[in-house]
Amino acid sequence: MSKMTKLLSASALAVLLAAPGTALAADSSDPIIIPTHNWSSQIVMSHVVGQMFEGMGNNVEYVSTDSQAVYESVRLGDVTLELEVWEGAFGVAFEEALSKGGLHDAGDHDAVTREDWWYPDYVAELCPGLPDWEALNKCADMFATPETGGKGRFLGGPVDWLKHDAERVEALGMNFQVVNAGSASALWAELEAAKKRNAPIVLFNWTPNFVEAIHPGAFVEFPEYFPGCKDDASQGPNPNATYDCGNPANGYLKKAAWDGMKDKWPAAYEALTKISFTNAQIAEMAKLVDVDEMEPEDAATAWLEANEDTWKAWVN
Amino acid sequence: MSELARDVPAPVPALSPARVGQALFLLAILLAAFKFALPDGLIRPPEWLVWPFADWINWTFNFIKDDLGLIYVTRAIAGGVEWLLDITANLLYGKNRWPRIGPLPWTVIAVTAFMIGYGLKGWKLGLLSGGTFVWIAFMGQWKWAMETLSVIVIAVPIAVALGLLLGIAAWRRAWVEAILNPILNIAQSLPHFAYMIPVVVFIGLGPKAGAIVTIIFATPPMIRMTVLGLKKVPPEVVESGMMCGSTQWQLLRHVRIPTARTEILIGVNQVIMQCLAMVVLASFIGMPGLGQKLLQLLQALKIGRSIEIGITIVLLAVMLDRCSKAWAEMQPVHFERGTPWWKRNRLFLAWCGLTAGAFALAAVWPAAHVIKRSQAFTLSKEFDAVVDWVILMLDPISQALRSFLIVWVLIPLQDAYLWLPYTAVLALAAGIGWKIGGARSALICLAFAGLIAMSGWWDRGMITAYMVTFAVLVAALIGLPLGIWAAGREERARIVLLICDSAQTFPSFIYLIPVIMLFGVNDVAAIGAVIVFGMVPMTRYTIEGLRGVPPALIEAADMSGATKRQKLWTVKLPLALPTIMVGVNQTVMFSLFMVIIAAFIGTRDLGQEMQRALSATDVGKGLVLGLCVAFMGLLVDHLIIRWSADRKKALGLE
Repeated sequence: MSKMTKLLSASALAVLLAAPGTALAADSSDPIIIPTHNWSSQIVMSHVVGQMFEGMGNNVEYVSTDSQAVYESVRLGDVTLELEVWEGAFGVAFEEALSKGGLHDAGDHDAVTREDWWYPDYVAELCPGLPDWEALNKCADMFATPETGGKGRFLGGPVDWLKHDAERVEALGMNFQVVNAGSASALWAELEAAKKRNAPIVLFNWTPNFVEAIHPGAFVEFPEYFPGCKDDASQGPNPNATYDCGNPANGYLKKAAWDGMKDKWPAAYEALTKISFTNAQIAEMAKLVDVDEMEPEDAATAWLEANEDTWKAWVN
Repeated sequence: MSELARDVPAPVPALSPARVGQALFLLAILLAAFKFALPDGLIRPPEWLVWPFADWINWTFNFIKDDLGLIYVTRAIAGGVEWLLDITANLLYGKNRWPRIGPLPWTVIAVTAFMIGYGLKGWKLGLLSGGTFVWIAFMGQWKWAMETLSVIVIAVPIAVALGLLLGIAAWRRAWVEAILNPILNIAQSLPHFAYMIPVVVFIGLGPKAGAIVTIIFATPPMIRMTVLGLKKVPPEVVESGMMCGSTQWQLLRHVRIPTARTEILIGVNQVIMQCLAMVVLASFIGMPGLGQKLLQLLQALKIGRSIEIGITIVLLAVMLDRCSKAWAEMQPVHFERGTPWWKRNRLFLAWCGLTAGAFALAAVWPAAHVIKRSQAFTLSKEFDAVVDWVILMLDPISQALRSFLIVWVLIPLQDAYLWLPYTAVLALAAGIGWKIGGARSALICLAFAGLIAMSGWWDRGMITAYMVTFAVLVAALIGLPLGIWAAGREERARIVLLICDSAQTFPSFIYLIPVIMLFGVNDVAAIGAVIVFGMVPMTRYTIEGLRGVPPALIEAADMSGATKRQKLWTVKLPLALPTIMVGVNQTVMFSLFMVIIAAFIGTRDLGQEMQRALSATDVGKGLVLGLCVAFMGLLVDHLIIRWSADRKKALGLE
């Protein structure tokens, strides 16, 4: 870092530290409680935001929680906010909590999320025509295993992620059977093992995700998602079935906040509504931990140092 | 000699347990054979038989939570626990809370641990205790380990105090024991996840929830051991206490509890072990520390790093186990009159000196205060290489085994379990019950199995049952010979028992991953993980059983010129059988716990639904599923305990 930028960042920090004093109402000295889950980008992002809040003079604490159960906790104010609300994975839990009241939508990230059937690169060589789903269907027997009989095996995420893969297989008349893994770790363990054997595999994956950095691959292209695909049978390629489409290729990534946050920590709340990360930034955060083996706290500090231009705008 | 083990055939009366049992077996076979002719209501529980237990439980919980306002009480208690946790959290890892003096340097904690171990049993234990903390510090796991310990050092005393109080109450008042007993039975067979859901509702998330779920899990054995200990106090001791004019309280405090010391301290030991067993699971509801880190590392498939954490957990468990056992065995030391103060408190002074030294060192040399993650050692690369190598070596076998097992064993077995009409299973359960323990046992078995049918989770339950049956069978086939082999020599037995201890405390989540890499996401992997865990009690109890055979009987066999093989088959095994059956019982319990955890691999049984219930915080569903698992365990438990008690009586072992 040159002397000039050091000076600049020091003065930025000074402005930053003075900011809470100039705000109309001061933030409460109670800790802002940020939930962390079990994937690295979310943990680093939580620490990035937490350290930003600390820079503003707030107290911050982290608590690890289940990523589905967390919405109940945000609603009750047990945790203050949630930084990664994925449309596909947590949309249902979020909407449900929203209807019960107690939390609200605190704006979208720039990042878009996608969750769908995915394969590592080497599978494309084994099954030409990918990423088209019909081409995949033609290779179905290549993915067959003892437990699926003659059908191809699709390794889905845990059932509580509610992905409706089986319905899609049915609606599109695919020669596949869905086998649900019990956790994300199970997905990656099997991917790793399949790659070592060069065995064909098609599994559930999402972006942004650390897996992209280690195993390059691509999503299967299904008939494009359209509103109504999930509840109106008459639309889409199969006129008699719902779920005859892929998942949205650009799902939202939201932030959620406890209703009480706005009054208790107005300055932090203001910053939270402005925070917006991009896919590239989230991937970078994951990489710092998963590839560079940093601790999430240190990764967050490093990220903040490297990306001052981005976050300085949010805290002022 | 062989007569000893053989049953004496007695004339069979008309309505003997055996007869009725046979009649019920016949009924079960008939129901299965004529399944095609049965009405649907006898094949699967009809709608009117499936009661909405989950809704009732949810209604009750909501009523006591909101209408009776219990949530304010539980949250207040949680607030108290949190205050205590904040103190230890500050001291151990410097969380910003009162008294704001921590974190203590790692060297201080390590020398303290060393002195405790040394004081309890000498150099060896001292090195184990101190060494554990040195390992933790050097591996850069200090903060996580302290986060874990900050919860454990609060949870253990609370669980011990609670267990002691409830135990004393149960010992004094028969009605308390009558109420407590069935609750304890169910609590000890309920899968962990089932009572984590109500804790989330009543307490919330975070370290306090982790501490409270740990306390709930760890208290039952303490209650049991307290009752056992107090009941065993000889009346002579109590009488002599009375003669000294003790009040009730003095009698309890100075006579009964000290006499029951050994049992009570074994209870403490159990509490500590249970607390460590919860380290990983409690992190699902926010307990910080090693467990949480472990799950994060596994999520990113860092097996080597997670093995390091697994080793830490095992070391902590072994150390705490040995220390608490040494404490239980230690007899009070008495000094002659006039021994100077410094001599009587030699160890205390040594500790003061060492601690002061450690503080001083930490003040001048930061690495003696905190070893940063970036300065720490790691063996993860080596562990990863070993795991990779093992998987590579086993790969050809595992692929063949996987296909064979799935196609020829597991799918047919599962289909058979699911094909059976539920009425046939109920008849079978009642038949086995009647055969072993007469009408009462038959009713108990019928009730347990019947409740599972009424829960509406019959098919899921049968899948769990099929996985557990197969896993227990294989675990017994491996564990039994292993135990027999190990019991052959004292040295071998010691080593195998040590491995059993470690395997039992090694976090099971870690070997889920290599098992998936070997077999893929399917029932083979799930059952494989269950077998690994289930083998432990099987091996342990086989060793204990064989070692417990009275030496006089073995000598008698030697004198009558029995060969080694004859001795084993006709003397040792029959005599050890009751203990070995307790091992089978434990294997069933362990397998039921593990099969629920195997849901993280991907199963289609009760465990998968339990996982759903946890993420939806559905208390009713979670408890119903948990009770289904508990009832299976209690059914087997009842049968084996009953059988083994009769057998022991017949063998004159008790």
